[in-house]
Amino acid sequence: MMVSVKQRIDFKAMRLALKTSTPVFFGYLAIGIAFGLLLKDAGYPWYLALIMSVFIYAGAGQYLAVGFFTNNANFIEVATVTFLVNFRHMVYGLSLFDKFNMTGRLKPYMIFSLTDETYALLTSVKDPVDINKGQFYFFIALLNQFYWVLGGLIGAIAGSFMTINTKGLDFALTALFIVLLIEQLKSYHTRIPFFIGGFCAVVAIAVIGKENMLLFAVISSIIMLLVCRERIIEDDLN
Amino acid sequence: MTLTNVYISILIMVAVTFFTRVFPFLFYGHNKPPKIIFFVGKYIPPVVITILVIYCLKDVTWGRVPYGFNEMIAVLLVVMLHVWWRNPLLSIFGATLFYMYLVQSAVLNGLL
Repeated sequence: MMVSVKQRIDFKAMRLALKTSTPVFFGYLAIGIAFGLLLKDAGYPWYLALIMSVFIYAGAGQYLAVGFFTNNANFIEVATVTFLVNFRHMVYGLSLFDKFNMTGRLKPYMIFSLTDETYALLTSVKDPVDINKGQFYFFIALLNQFYWVLGGLIGAIAGSFMTINTKGLDFALTALFIVLLIEQLKSYHTRIPFFIGGFCAVVAIAVIGKENMLLFAVISSIIMLLVCRERIIEDDLN
Repeated sequence: MTLTNVYISILIMVAVTFFTRVFPFLFYGHNKPPKIIFFVGKYIPPVVITILVIYCLKDVTWGRVPYGFNEMIAVLLVVMLHVWWRNPLLSIFGATLFYMYLVQSAVLNGLL
Protein backbone atom coordinates (compact mmCIF):
# COMPACT_ATOMS: atom_id res chain seq x y z
CA MET A 1 0.00 0.00 0.00
CA MET A 2 1.50 3.29 -1.07
CA VAL A 3 0.87 6.55 0.70
CA SER A 4 0.89 9.60 -1.51
CA VAL A 5 2.53 12.77 -0.22
CA LYS A 6 -0.43 14.67 -1.62
CA GLN A 7 -2.68 12.71 0.69
CA ARG A 8 -4.12 14.76 3.52
CA ILE A 9 -2.11 15.09 6.70
CA ASP A 10 -3.41 12.83 9.45
CA PHE A 11 -3.42 15.13 12.47
CA LYS A 12 -4.19 12.24 14.79
CA ALA A 13 -0.99 10.56 13.63
CA MET A 14 0.88 13.81 14.22
CA ARG A 15 -0.47 14.26 17.75
CA LEU A 16 0.34 10.67 18.69
CA ALA A 17 3.85 11.08 17.28
CA LEU A 18 4.28 14.25 19.35
CA LYS A 19 3.33 12.35 22.49
CA THR A 20 5.47 9.32 21.65
CA SER A 21 8.56 11.40 20.95
CA THR A 22 8.51 13.50 24.15
CA PRO A 23 11.42 11.68 25.84
CA VAL A 24 13.53 12.26 22.74
CA PHE A 25 12.58 15.95 22.89
CA PHE A 26 14.32 16.37 26.26
CA GLY A 27 17.29 14.23 25.32
CA TYR A 28 17.95 15.82 21.93
CA LEU A 29 17.41 19.34 23.21
CA ALA A 30 20.03 18.83 25.93
CA ILE A 31 22.64 17.09 23.77
CA GLY A 32 21.87 19.45 20.86
CA ILE A 33 22.51 22.51 23.04
CA ALA A 34 25.83 21.02 24.18
CA PHE A 35 26.78 20.46 20.52
CA GLY A 36 25.87 24.03 19.53
CA LEU A 37 27.90 25.44 22.42
CA LEU A 38 30.95 23.33 21.55
CA LEU A 39 30.85 24.36 17.90
CA LYS A 40 30.41 28.05 18.70
CA ASP A 41 33.14 27.85 21.33
CA ALA A 42 35.53 26.36 18.73
CA GLY A 43 35.05 29.59 16.77
CA TYR A 44 32.63 28.54 14.05
CA PRO A 45 29.53 30.48 12.93
CA TRP A 46 26.12 29.56 14.35
CA TYR A 47 24.65 28.60 10.96
CA LEU A 48 27.15 25.74 10.74
CA ALA A 49 25.23 24.08 13.60
CA LEU A 50 22.07 24.43 11.52
CA ILE A 51 23.68 23.03 8.35
CA MET A 52 25.22 20.08 10.20
CA SER A 53 22.10 19.17 12.16
CA VAL A 54 19.92 19.35 9.05
CA PHE A 55 22.20 17.45 6.66
CA ILE A 56 24.43 15.16 8.74
CA TYR A 57 22.03 14.53 11.64
CA ALA A 58 24.16 12.21 13.77
CA GLY A 59 24.79 13.01 17.43
CA ALA A 60 28.12 11.35 18.11
CA GLY A 61 29.33 12.12 14.58
CA GLN A 62 28.68 15.84 14.99
CA TYR A 63 30.44 16.00 18.37
CA LEU A 64 33.47 14.34 16.85
CA ALA A 65 33.28 16.74 13.88
CA VAL A 66 34.02 19.68 16.16
CA GLY A 67 37.21 17.85 17.10
CA PHE A 68 38.08 17.31 13.41
CA PHE A 69 37.68 21.02 12.70
CA THR A 70 39.83 22.20 15.60
CA ASN A 71 42.51 19.51 15.20
CA ASN A 72 42.68 20.01 11.43
CA ALA A 73 42.03 16.30 10.80
CA ASN A 74 42.64 14.95 7.30
CA PHE A 75 39.70 13.86 5.14
CA ILE A 76 40.59 10.16 5.41
CA GLU A 77 40.31 10.38 9.19
CA VAL A 78 37.00 12.27 8.87
CA ALA A 79 35.59 9.54 6.63
CA THR A 80 36.92 6.61 8.71
CA VAL A 81 35.84 7.93 12.09
CA THR A 82 32.40 8.94 10.77
CA PHE A 83 32.00 5.50 9.24
CA LEU A 84 32.99 3.78 12.48
CA VAL A 85 30.77 5.77 14.83
CA ASN A 86 27.84 5.22 12.48
CA PHE A 87 28.70 1.61 11.68
CA ARG A 88 25.90 0.36 13.90
CA HIS A 89 23.34 2.01 11.61
CA MET A 90 24.13 -0.58 8.96
CA VAL A 91 22.11 -3.17 10.85
CA TYR A 92 19.26 -0.91 12.01
CA GLY A 93 17.51 -1.01 8.65
CA LEU A 94 17.32 -4.81 8.76
CA SER A 95 14.50 -4.62 11.30
CA LEU A 96 12.56 -1.81 9.61
CA PHE A 97 11.90 -3.00 6.05
CA ASP A 98 8.16 -3.45 6.57
CA LYS A 99 7.55 -0.26 8.51
CA PHE A 100 9.48 1.88 6.03
CA ASN A 101 7.53 0.45 3.12
CA MET A 102 4.36 1.81 4.71
CA THR A 103 5.69 5.36 4.40
CA GLY A 104 5.66 5.28 0.60
CA ARG A 105 7.42 8.23 -0.97
CA LEU A 106 8.67 9.40 2.41
CA LYS A 107 10.89 6.32 2.68
CA PRO A 108 14.14 8.09 1.63
CA TYR A 109 13.67 10.54 4.50
CA MET A 110 12.99 7.66 6.91
CA ILE A 111 16.31 6.08 5.90
CA PHE A 112 18.19 9.39 6.15
CA SER A 113 16.83 10.17 9.62
CA LEU A 114 17.44 6.75 11.19
CA THR A 115 19.27 7.71 14.41
CA ASP A 116 19.63 5.56 17.55
CA GLU A 117 16.67 7.25 19.22
CA THR A 118 14.39 7.10 16.17
CA TYR A 119 15.32 3.44 15.72
CA ALA A 120 14.55 2.76 19.37
CA LEU A 121 11.14 4.43 19.12
CA LEU A 122 10.17 2.87 15.80
CA THR A 123 11.07 -0.65 16.86
CA SER A 124 9.37 -0.42 20.26
CA VAL A 125 6.10 1.49 19.64
CA LYS A 126 2.87 -0.43 19.45
CA ASP A 127 1.25 -0.07 16.05
CA PRO A 128 -1.60 2.40 16.41
CA VAL A 129 -5.10 1.50 15.29
CA ASP A 130 -7.24 3.58 12.92
CA ILE A 131 -4.60 6.15 12.16
CA ASN A 132 -2.22 6.39 9.22
CA LYS A 133 0.75 4.24 10.33
CA GLY A 134 3.07 5.52 7.63
CA GLN A 135 2.47 9.11 8.66
CA PHE A 136 2.82 8.20 12.34
CA TYR A 137 6.30 6.78 11.70
CA PHE A 138 7.19 9.75 9.50
CA PHE A 139 6.15 12.32 12.11
CA ILE A 140 8.18 10.54 14.79
CA ALA A 141 11.27 10.76 12.56
CA LEU A 142 10.60 14.37 11.54
CA LEU A 143 9.87 15.62 15.07
CA ASN A 144 13.01 13.96 16.41
CA GLN A 145 15.14 15.78 13.85
CA PHE A 146 13.31 19.01 14.61
CA TYR A 147 14.25 18.69 18.32
CA TRP A 148 17.86 18.02 17.39
CA VAL A 149 18.09 21.03 15.05
CA LEU A 150 16.38 23.23 17.64
CA GLY A 151 18.86 22.19 20.37
CA GLY A 152 21.87 22.85 18.15
CA LEU A 153 20.56 26.29 17.20
CA ILE A 154 19.81 27.27 20.80
CA GLY A 155 23.31 26.21 21.87
CA ALA A 156 25.06 27.99 19.00
CA ILE A 157 23.09 31.20 19.40
CA ALA A 158 23.36 31.22 23.21
CA GLY A 159 27.11 30.74 22.75
CA SER A 160 27.26 33.93 20.66
CA PHE A 161 25.72 36.05 23.39
CA MET A 162 27.50 34.80 26.47
CA THR A 163 30.81 33.24 27.15
CA ILE A 164 30.47 29.87 28.79
CA ASN A 165 33.57 27.97 29.77
CA THR A 166 32.99 24.73 27.88
CA LYS A 167 36.24 23.07 28.96
CA GLY A 168 35.39 19.45 29.74
CA LEU A 169 32.00 19.56 28.00
CA ASP A 170 33.25 17.09 25.40
CA PHE A 171 33.19 14.46 28.15
CA ALA A 172 29.46 14.20 27.30
CA LEU A 173 30.42 12.06 24.31
CA THR A 174 32.58 9.73 26.42
CA ALA A 175 29.74 9.47 28.93
CA LEU A 176 27.28 8.69 26.13
CA PHE A 177 29.43 5.80 24.91
CA ILE A 178 29.88 4.47 28.46
CA VAL A 179 26.09 4.52 28.94
CA LEU A 180 25.67 2.62 25.66
CA LEU A 181 28.34 0.16 26.81
CA ILE A 182 26.49 -0.53 30.07
CA GLU A 183 23.24 -1.02 28.16
CA GLN A 184 24.95 -3.52 25.87
CA LEU A 185 26.53 -5.39 28.77
CA LYS A 186 22.98 -5.87 30.01
CA SER A 187 21.61 -7.06 26.68
CA TYR A 188 24.32 -9.57 25.72
CA HIS A 189 24.99 -12.72 27.67
CA THR A 190 28.42 -13.29 26.17
CA ARG A 191 31.33 -11.04 27.17
CA ILE A 192 33.64 -12.16 24.35
CA PRO A 193 32.82 -9.29 21.92
CA PHE A 194 33.65 -6.73 24.64
CA PHE A 195 37.01 -8.38 25.32
CA ILE A 196 37.76 -8.55 21.61
CA GLY A 197 36.98 -4.83 21.16
CA GLY A 198 38.99 -3.80 24.22
CA PHE A 199 41.94 -5.99 23.32
CA CYS A 200 42.09 -4.85 19.70
CA ALA A 201 41.76 -1.17 20.69
CA VAL A 202 44.69 -1.38 23.13
CA VAL A 203 46.82 -3.31 20.64
CA ALA A 204 45.95 -0.77 17.92
CA ILE A 205 47.10 2.14 20.10
CA ALA A 206 50.34 0.30 20.91
CA VAL A 207 51.03 -0.75 17.32
CA ILE A 208 49.98 2.19 15.12
CA GLY A 209 49.40 5.00 17.60
CA LYS A 210 46.30 6.65 18.95
CA GLU A 211 45.45 8.91 16.00
CA ASN A 212 44.76 6.14 13.52
CA MET A 213 43.80 3.34 15.89
CA LEU A 214 40.13 3.05 14.94
CA LEU A 215 40.30 1.40 11.54
CA PHE A 216 42.92 -1.13 12.63
CA ALA A 217 40.99 -1.93 15.81
CA VAL A 218 37.70 -2.54 13.99
CA ILE A 219 39.15 -4.65 11.18
CA SER A 220 41.16 -6.83 13.55
CA SER A 221 38.07 -7.17 15.78
CA ILE A 222 35.91 -8.37 12.88
CA ILE A 223 38.54 -10.98 12.03
CA MET A 224 38.67 -12.12 15.66
CA LEU A 225 34.86 -12.21 15.84
CA LEU A 226 34.76 -14.48 12.80
CA VAL A 227 37.53 -16.70 14.16
CA CYS A 228 35.72 -17.08 17.51
CA ARG A 229 32.31 -17.32 15.84
CA GLU A 230 31.27 -20.68 17.20
CA ARG A 231 32.49 -19.97 20.73
CA ILE A 232 30.61 -16.66 20.79
CA ILE A 233 27.33 -18.18 19.64
CA GLU A 234 27.69 -21.01 22.15
CA ASP A 235 28.69 -18.64 24.96
CA ASP A 236 25.73 -16.36 24.24
CA LEU A 237 23.28 -19.21 24.69
CA ASN A 238 24.54 -20.50 28.02
CA MET B 1 40.63 23.98 9.61
CA THR B 2 39.69 26.57 6.98
CA LEU B 3 36.00 27.10 6.33
CA THR B 4 36.36 25.46 2.89
CA ASN B 5 37.82 22.32 4.48
CA VAL B 6 35.07 22.38 7.08
CA TYR B 7 32.48 22.32 4.30
CA ILE B 8 34.30 19.48 2.52
CA SER B 9 34.41 17.55 5.81
CA ILE B 10 30.68 18.12 6.28
CA LEU B 11 30.00 16.81 2.77
CA ILE B 12 32.08 13.71 3.52
CA MET B 13 30.19 13.17 6.78
CA VAL B 14 26.82 13.60 5.06
CA ALA B 15 27.74 11.00 2.43
CA VAL B 16 29.28 8.47 4.84
CA THR B 17 26.49 8.78 7.41
CA PHE B 18 23.79 8.35 4.76
CA PHE B 19 25.65 5.38 3.31
CA THR B 20 25.62 3.55 6.66
CA ARG B 21 21.87 4.13 6.97
CA VAL B 22 20.91 3.20 3.41
CA PHE B 23 23.23 0.17 3.27
CA PRO B 24 20.75 -2.61 4.16
CA PHE B 25 18.16 -1.14 1.80
CA LEU B 26 20.63 -1.11 -1.10
CA PHE B 27 21.72 -4.69 -0.76
CA TYR B 28 19.01 -6.56 1.05
CA GLY B 29 15.76 -4.91 0.02
CA HIS B 30 14.14 -8.16 -1.02
CA ASN B 31 16.41 -11.16 -0.52
CA LYS B 32 17.61 -12.20 2.92
CA PRO B 33 21.22 -11.29 3.83
CA PRO B 34 23.62 -14.22 4.35
CA LYS B 35 23.99 -15.62 7.86
CA ILE B 36 27.48 -14.21 8.28
CA ILE B 37 26.14 -10.64 7.89
CA PHE B 38 23.61 -11.29 10.64
CA PHE B 39 26.35 -12.69 12.86
CA VAL B 40 28.62 -9.66 12.40
CA GLY B 41 25.60 -7.34 12.61
CA LYS B 42 24.55 -8.87 15.91
CA TYR B 43 27.92 -8.87 17.66
CA ILE B 44 29.63 -5.80 16.19
CA PRO B 45 27.79 -3.17 18.30
CA PRO B 46 29.42 -4.18 21.64
CA VAL B 47 32.81 -4.41 19.92
CA VAL B 48 32.54 -0.95 18.36
CA ILE B 49 31.22 0.69 21.53
CA THR B 50 34.08 -0.77 23.59
CA ILE B 51 36.56 0.54 21.02
CA LEU B 52 34.92 3.98 21.01
CA VAL B 53 35.10 4.28 24.80
CA ILE B 54 38.84 3.60 24.61
CA TYR B 55 39.16 6.00 21.65
CA CYS B 56 37.54 8.78 23.70
CA LEU B 57 39.97 8.20 26.58
CA LYS B 58 43.09 7.94 24.40
CA ASP B 59 44.26 11.49 25.08
CA VAL B 60 44.32 11.14 28.87
CA THR B 61 47.78 11.91 30.24
CA TRP B 62 48.65 9.25 32.79
CA GLY B 63 52.23 10.34 33.32
CA ARG B 64 51.81 13.69 35.07
CA VAL B 65 49.52 15.51 37.48
CA PRO B 66 46.62 14.80 37.83
CA TYR B 67 47.52 11.32 36.47
CA GLY B 68 44.18 10.78 34.73
CA PHE B 69 42.28 11.01 38.01
CA ASN B 70 39.77 13.55 36.60
CA GLU B 71 38.77 11.09 33.89
CA MET B 72 38.79 8.04 36.16
CA ILE B 73 36.48 9.76 38.66
CA ALA B 74 34.13 10.96 35.90
CA VAL B 75 34.01 7.51 34.27
CA LEU B 76 33.26 5.92 37.64
CA LEU B 77 30.51 8.48 38.23
CA VAL B 78 28.83 7.69 34.87
CA VAL B 79 28.90 3.98 35.72
CA MET B 80 27.51 4.46 39.23
CA LEU B 81 24.78 6.89 38.18
CA HIS B 82 23.76 4.66 35.34
CA VAL B 83 23.74 1.41 37.31
CA TRP B 84 21.69 3.03 40.08
CA TRP B 85 19.16 5.12 38.19
CA ARG B 86 19.48 3.96 34.60
CA ASN B 87 18.47 7.39 33.35
CA PRO B 88 20.82 8.19 30.42
CA LEU B 89 20.35 11.95 30.70
CA LEU B 90 21.20 11.98 34.39
CA SER B 91 24.23 9.71 33.88
CA ILE B 92 25.61 11.75 30.97
CA PHE B 93 25.00 15.23 32.27
CA GLY B 94 25.63 14.53 35.93
CA ALA B 95 29.07 13.13 35.17
CA THR B 96 29.86 15.75 32.50
CA LEU B 97 29.04 18.67 34.81
CA PHE B 98 31.16 17.14 37.55
CA TYR B 99 34.01 16.56 35.10
CA MET B 100 33.77 20.18 33.92
CA TYR B 101 34.05 21.29 37.53
CA LEU B 102 37.10 19.04 38.06
CA VAL B 103 39.04 20.25 35.00
CA GLN B 104 38.04 23.90 35.25
CA SER B 105 38.82 24.25 38.95
CA ALA B 106 41.84 21.92 38.67
CA VAL B 107 41.00 20.97 42.26
CA LEU B 108 42.87 17.64 42.07
CA ASN B 109 46.09 19.26 40.85
CA GLY B 110 46.52 20.85 44.27
CA LEU B 111 45.89 17.58 46.07
CA LEU B 112 48.17 15.30 44.06
